[in-house]
Amino acid sequence: MPDTQSVWVYIEQNEGKIADVSLELLGKARELADALHHELTGVLCGHRVQDLAQEAIAHGADRVLLADHPELELYRTLPYARVILHLARSRKPEIFLIGATSNGRDLAPRIASALRCGLTADCTDLQIGEYTDKRENKIYPGLLFQIRPAFGGNLIATIVNPRTRPQMATVREGVMHKPAADPARKGAIEEIKPDLEKGDLALTILSRSVKPSTVHLKDSPVIVAGGGGADEAADFQMLRDLANLLGGEVGASRAAVDAGLISAEHQIGQTGVTVRPRLYIAAGISGAIQHRAGMDQSSKIIAINTDPDAPIFQVAHYRIVGDMAEVLPLIIQSLREKAK
Amino acid sequence: MTSESYRSVVLVKQVPDTHNVTGDVMTKDGTMNRGALPAIFNPEDLNALEMALQVRDKHGGTVTVITMGPPKAADVLRDCLYRGADRVILLTDRAFAAADTLATSYALKCAVEKSGAFDLIFCGRQAIDGDTAQVGPQVAEKLGIPQITYAESILELKGREITVQRTLDLGTEIVRCALPCLITVVASANTPRPPSARRRIEYKLAATPLELPALLGKWPEFKSEAGLQKHLAERNQLIPIWAAADIGADPEKIGLAGSPTQVHKVNFVVLESTASKDIAPTREGIAAMIEELVKEYIVG
Repeated sequence: MPDTQSVWVYIEQNEGKIADVSLELLGKARELADALHHELTGVLCGHRVQDLAQEAIAHGADRVLLADHPELELYRTLPYARVILHLARSRKPEIFLIGATSNGRDLAPRIASALRCGLTADCTDLQIGEYTDKRENKIYPGLLFQIRPAFGGNLIATIVNPRTRPQMATVREGVMHKPAADPARKGAIEEIKPDLEKGDLALTILSRSVKPSTVHLKDSPVIVAGGGGADEAADFQMLRDLANLLGGEVGASRAAVDAGLISAEHQIGQTGVTVRPRLYIAAGISGAIQHRAGMDQSSKIIAINTDPDAPIFQVAHYRIVGDMAEVLPLIIQSLREKAK
Repeated sequence: MTSESYRSVVLVKQVPDTHNVTGDVMTKDGTMNRGALPAIFNPEDLNALEMALQVRDKHGGTVTVITMGPPKAADVLRDCLYRGADRVILLTDRAFAAADTLATSYALKCAVEKSGAFDLIFCGRQAIDGDTAQVGPQVAEKLGIPQITYAESILELKGREITVQRTLDLGTEIVRCALPCLITVVASANTPRPPSARRRIEYKLAATPLELPALLGKWPEFKSEAGLQKHLAERNQLIPIWAAADIGADPEKIGLAGSPTQVHKVNFVVLESTASKDIAPTREGIAAMIEELVKEYIVG
């Protein structure tokens, strides 16, 4: 049993592959663990996933707690929670981070409720800081600052859990940088024997169909996004043409998705995907805070809007006041001429 | 009730309409004027209610709705009555205020237990004021029952087993689960039925005891609150209010005292001013911009 305090990251795996967000979290958790002089522990459940433990170590973990069991092959709330709760109760981590995927958001509240500890959902940043609890007039150094958008993205709140441990948070995919793997990195792999009970198997997965996502917004170097100002299917065809020309993907604001112009998997923003491409073209997007939260870290932003006061212009590097139906063909034409 | 009927509890929330935040709501110092936002029925909770009503339509049984909130949250309960709920309960007490998801789920768990035996609990996937999606799973944990999150549809409900299709970010999953269990419902699951005109008339007097003084102003023929309360109770129009003591809640586990998370600070979202250029929407203007982007290796 390690005497050192630890920062834990839940290593989510699906079909024998570690979820991107878990690797991203290992990068961030490494920083936090170093700042606190804690050990970084990965918690991995599955069946025949030994190889993934080494991958977690290569991405920054000092130790991996590996629960390998046929009943853990596919994620199910109760068996996974049983294994993780048993580990958390005996080893008492200081911090426990989980990716805010659909499985992570299913698991984390179950764990936090059982441990009666605080949990902050969908964090976009994590920091270590000092906090004064005014209720008991006590200073807590080295607390986890859990930073998340609140109130529909109109506020940024910093949440702390001073009195309960672990300090738990789920973190959005794509907001932390994935660390480079170091295959030579050494760490400990501890195999854990799950002690499942009959009640844990109350739910059976009859079938699962994994749909390969055809949209790769998160990794795309260029995103051409349309919003409520795109009022015809023809406008989105133009966005697709431009995206193809630039080797990018088509994104959208909630207004465009709600209007049925494009499917929800293209949605960028607080309730969609967070992206940081090299180039982001926002066409006919007013720039509500909930959209900007998902794209304002892009390297270069071109905004096209007929309204010169549209909030999107406040985060844009290039402001084009005009109708996207007229401006987009000019960009396409200019790029085609350049390519010749 | 037949042996194949099911007792459902639906947990709903009245929320500020955060999807329509206007300038009046945010003040310059970064605080919120919550009063400027309309209070609405949390959208996915309507989908949860609809799923419960469909179970009752098909199999028989009952639909009980519980909400925790301020006295005016009675509005969403009336809405539930208009849409078909059999019984509604308002959980309200100053002691519940400032609860985070852990304290909220504890209070709801106590209320569900007090409400009687149940087979199914339905909640919306998440509420739009916090978007945490935590309360459903936390209530399930506190009740010690399995949870089925992101439910898209009930494929089969037979005996003591339910088969549900879930929508995940990876795809879809079909699961079978023993009852009782808690189900969180996504927006695409169904189209909630509208309030019925007939039930609107039937429940036009529905009110909580806290609303009686205001109601008395509108219905002076009742003369006293006690008289009105008796009249409503006899007609199943009195919406019960449960306080912390009524549900046997441990004062240390509710409200602020029962909430491990604390808000350290809140920042108004400030737009970062970027070095930016105005580009004319002309052939020349656009060409110059593309030229610049090529030079900076952004495109090409």
